[in-house]
Amino acid sequence: MSLDHATVRRIASLARIRVEEHEVEPLCQELNGILGWIEQLNEVDVTGVAPLTGAANMAAVLRPDVVTDGGYPEKVLANAPERIGDFYVVPKVVE
Amino acid sequence: MLTDLTIAGARDGLRAKEFSAVDLTMAHLHAIEALNPRLNAFITVSHAKAVDQARAADAALAAGDARALTGIPLAIKDLFCTEGVRTTAGSKILGPFVPPYESTVTANLLRDGAVFLGKANLDEFAMGSSNMTSAYGPVENPWKRRQNPNAVLVPGGSSGGSAAAVAARLAMGATGTDTGGSIRQPASFCGIAGIKPTYGRCSRWGVVAFASSLDQPGPVARTVEDCAILLGSMAGHDPKDSTSANMPVPDFQAACRRGVKGLRIGIPREYRLDGMPEDIERLWQQGVAWLREAGAEIVDVSLPHTKYGLPTYYIVAPAEASSNLARYDGVRFGARTNGEDLRDLYERTRAEGFGAEVRRRVLIGTYVLSAGYYDAYYIRAQKVRALILRDFTDAFVRVDALLVPTAPSAAFAQGENMDDPIKMYLNDAFTIPASMAGVPGMSVPAGLDADGLPLGLQVIGKPFDEETVFAVSAALEQAAGFSALPAIRAGG
Repeated sequence: MSLDHATVRRIASLARIRVEEHEVEPLCQELNGILGWIEQLNEVDVTGVAPLTGAANMAAVLRPDVVTDGGYPEKVLANAPERIGDFYVVPKVVE
Repeated sequence: MLTDLTIAGARDGLRAKEFSAVDLTMAHLHAIEALNPRLNAFITVSHAKAVDQARAADAALAAGDARALTGIPLAIKDLFCTEGVRTTAGSKILGPFVPPYESTVTANLLRDGAVFLGKANLDEFAMGSSNMTSAYGPVENPWKRRQNPNAVLVPGGSSGGSAAAVAARLAMGATGTDTGGSIRQPASFCGIAGIKPTYGRCSRWGVVAFASSLDQPGPVARTVEDCAILLGSMAGHDPKDSTSANMPVPDFQAACRRGVKGLRIGIPREYRLDGMPEDIERLWQQGVAWLREAGAEIVDVSLPHTKYGLPTYYIVAPAEASSNLARYDGVRFGARTNGEDLRDLYERTRAEGFGAEVRRRVLIGTYVLSAGYYDAYYIRAQKVRALILRDFTDAFVRVDALLVPTAPSAAFAQGENMDDPIKMYLNDAFTIPASMAGVPGMSVPAGLDADGLPLGLQVIGKPFDEETVFAVSAALEQAAGFSALPAIRAGG
């Protein structure tokens, strides 16, 4: 599996990272280099092996469904790049 | 000099009133002032806060309320959120971020009386093995090659600032995090000790996330015992991290004195790389001899999937990173680059805010999780990960711990291994398997190479058996008698 320019543009778009035209070819080469090296996993026989999702061999933890935190909008909004009152400000999304 | 003391030694000195916590903190702040402009081990120095904490420590000592770390000055990897102190993760995108909360691990250290000198440099979002990807500049390794003392070497990564600060005596110990070797490899490169505990031993709450199924906080310090003291404070169950283990924290310091008599130590033959320096193979065999002389039984074992650790990691970690880093959108916190519309704002913010390595990993992660490729890459990698864990589980039926080299090389120069990402990734070939399996691993400074640079040996243990890891590490430390000092250090 080898990436072409269109695929690099598509995944950059999925990842919401702007990629300039002159960056596409170098990125394409880098990513293909890494993916080519990863291909060696195809030589491993994984028949009948269940995927391991994480190292913590433990059951999901449950807690009572109650509010345990919150009620401090100033703290939550303190790092906002732009705000008005208790709201984050973004460019207009509806006409 | 106060900056040469171990944590255990400084604790005794503070309790015996030989010096005050303010003396101890000031000695380190002066060392930082003198050497940090060159080493760049700290991104932020919290001078005033450190002095306040030291004064509080002196008051506690006077009142007879000395805790495990009262008055001990530490560096905190700039990946741990610290309330009111800027936390950058080594990234431009978090440049303006001042957390309104304290991570659980740093809160535990503060509870036990520690003094925080500042925030240590690191690879951006902990993605790197050289500290070269930090948006706040590279860190200089305080060690120098004998033949070529002008070459500027890397401290390893991603906890490069933490390791360099401790080696150069700018801090008595430091927090690190380890996703694929980020505590152990820099510890090896800087001639200090460092442990990645079992996944779940330390809470990840408030630690900037990279790859959540692998990330694990741990300490670096100049001795094995000092790491045990630090881990004793950092560890513990935290309901705010659902993967945090609800298990008692044993007395790690006591475990350092257990010895290795009767322990079975496995030597996995697969921990070798083409072109690995002769010095490393020789040191490994020396380590085997040391443990045998100390009374351990040496057993040859095989971990057949070792070589697949790296490529598995470079699917799993970027996949998790691409998801974790989705939160940096320029809207709720962090840096923003304005755009024509919301989508353009996201794309420009992330293009501006992420460095080349982070961008590369987010793109790889996005690709391996995308429709049509998920099974071929991500699911397959998770299956291989299961086989890597099985290798360890099988080995631990026969042995109590494993001994391997920490890294396939000594510290390299800034700029080396930069032309090809895979060359850089190979640095973590010996640390990644334990990360994939979630088992604890500790790097111990064990010798010097022909250039006079430190090399570490790694002890890998069973899940939640850090005590045996500390016992074996302490035995190695004692046998090695590592006393070499870095060229650049406080008072040096």
